[in-house]
Amino acid sequence: MSGNMNLTLKVWRQKNGNDKGQLVNYPVKDVSPDMSFLEMFDVLNEELVQKGDEPIAFDHDCREGICGACSMFIDGRPHGPKEGITTCQLHMRSFKDGDTIVVEPWRAKAFPVVKDLVVDRSAFDRIMASGGFVSVNTGNAQDANNILVSKVDADQAFEAAACIGCGACVATCKNASAMLFVSAKVSQLALLPQGQPERMARVENMVAQMDKEGFGNCTNTGACEVECPKGISLENIARMNRDYLSASLT
Amino acid sequence: MSGSSSFFTSSLGRKYVMGITGIFLITFLIVHAGINALIFIDNTGALFNSAAHFMATNWVIRSMELVLFLGIILHIVQAVILTRQNKQARPQEYAYANANANSLWYSRSMGLLGTLILIFLIIHLGHFWVKARFGIPEGIPEGMNGEHDMFFEMKEVFSNLWVVVVYVLAMVSLAYHLLHGFQSSFQSLGLNHHKYTPAIKKIGIWYSIVISVVFALMPLYVYFFLKN
Ligand code: SF4
Ligand code: FES
Repeated sequence: MSGNMNLTLKVWRQKNGNDKGQLVNYPVKDVSPDMSFLEMFDVLNEELVQKGDEPIAFDHDCREGICGACSMFIDGRPHGPKEGITTCQLHMRSFKDGDTIVVEPWRAKAFPVVKDLVVDRSAFDRIMASGGFVSVNTGNAQDANNILVSKVDADQAFEAAACIGCGACVATCKNASAMLFVSAKVSQLALLPQGQPERMARVENMVAQMDKEGFGNCTNTGACEVECPKGISLENIARMNRDYLSASLT
Repeated sequence: MSGSSSFFTSSLGRKYVMGITGIFLITFLIVHAGINALIFIDNTGALFNSAAHFMATNWVIRSMELVLFLGIILHIVQAVILTRQNKQARPQEYAYANANANSLWYSRSMGLLGTLILIFLIIHLGHFWVKARFGIPEGIPEGMNGEHDMFFEMKEVFSNLWVVVVYVLAMVSLAYHLLHGFQSSFQSLGLNHHKYTPAIKKIGIWYSIVISVVFALMPLYVYFFLKN
């Protein structure tokens, strides 16, 4: 079909956590510009399987930009060259015929490679388990009007809650810092009345867990904010810093 | 409360220390540049010499000098610890990273710029402060009112073209360090607000440029227009 492209992929292949790993070249032919980046990988993997080779392992689930699974560092940027999208939302029309595309896994000590492009992001789960929740005694549901939330706060909390835990912020940060993720998870509750009782303990515990996992320290380069598929703002990091200081003082 | 010890060793606590010492050093630079700029107003140097004399003898200023050194050391020590931790946080680098697509080179080079400034600072302290305070390798000549003739010393030091070049290049490093550092310190202290942050960023750009240019003009002015 006309308009289809021939590309060269340089993909990181690594058998397991102990393997050294390396970039391997794969020519891919006749790629439709309407394919998503992951669909192109599906086609490539089918070819590899037919040839009796091991398919390339990569994470994916929803394929519609809401689960955060599809972690790929494409041409030097998490989720590829377009802003505000995940890898599954990236289409091949963003590339041109003859391009060479480098694909690597997220690289951070706290995100060890499991296989090929798959990394273990359970460090995020442990941070969430350390405080990213509200403890409620379940009883009858409250009347919604009993708890008043201003529109401004509700909007900001909602924007923070848009974080899908993809880890692109860590992947792109020169320090492999997880501040944007943690600050989004702290903020989404700190902004709402339901989050107040545990607000101070939450920020202290989540920051402590973040440090324990071996993420780096934020130097405010702002790369995370640019690369975050959900547009999480640096204002959340500032809010987390304020809360952390108050928590340490009280 | 988990105690202050864990605050100061946590990632966010260290960030606060970097931010507070940063803002403190930013205010110091204003005072320093302001006093030195007196040479542009009075090129006999009398005004500058008496201001320098006041700074060197007033006990409040002298105690602030200690705080200043403490601030600089804290800023450096935290920077070294943070940088080491940040390197450890990514043991394997990317084969290809397009960092310019999402951040400014100088925001990613604060350690390098800071190191250049530190090297300059050591040279600079050797040129003036060590001589004035300790008379090493020799003292500063006395001026008309018996105070240190810092103006004379300034003209001595800046009569060497290489020294002038080093000072000017150091001020370029300072400008870039401040361009990121000014707004970054406010963010680190949690001071980010959609109403005020755009203004803070603008002030930061002006501050960084004006301070660095005023400092850089001094050796140039002395070299080209003032001779002993
Ligand atoms: S803050 Fe953005 S980049 Fe980071 S995990 Fe959440 S959605 Fe992904
Ligand atoms: S697969 Fe779910 S966000 Fe991409």
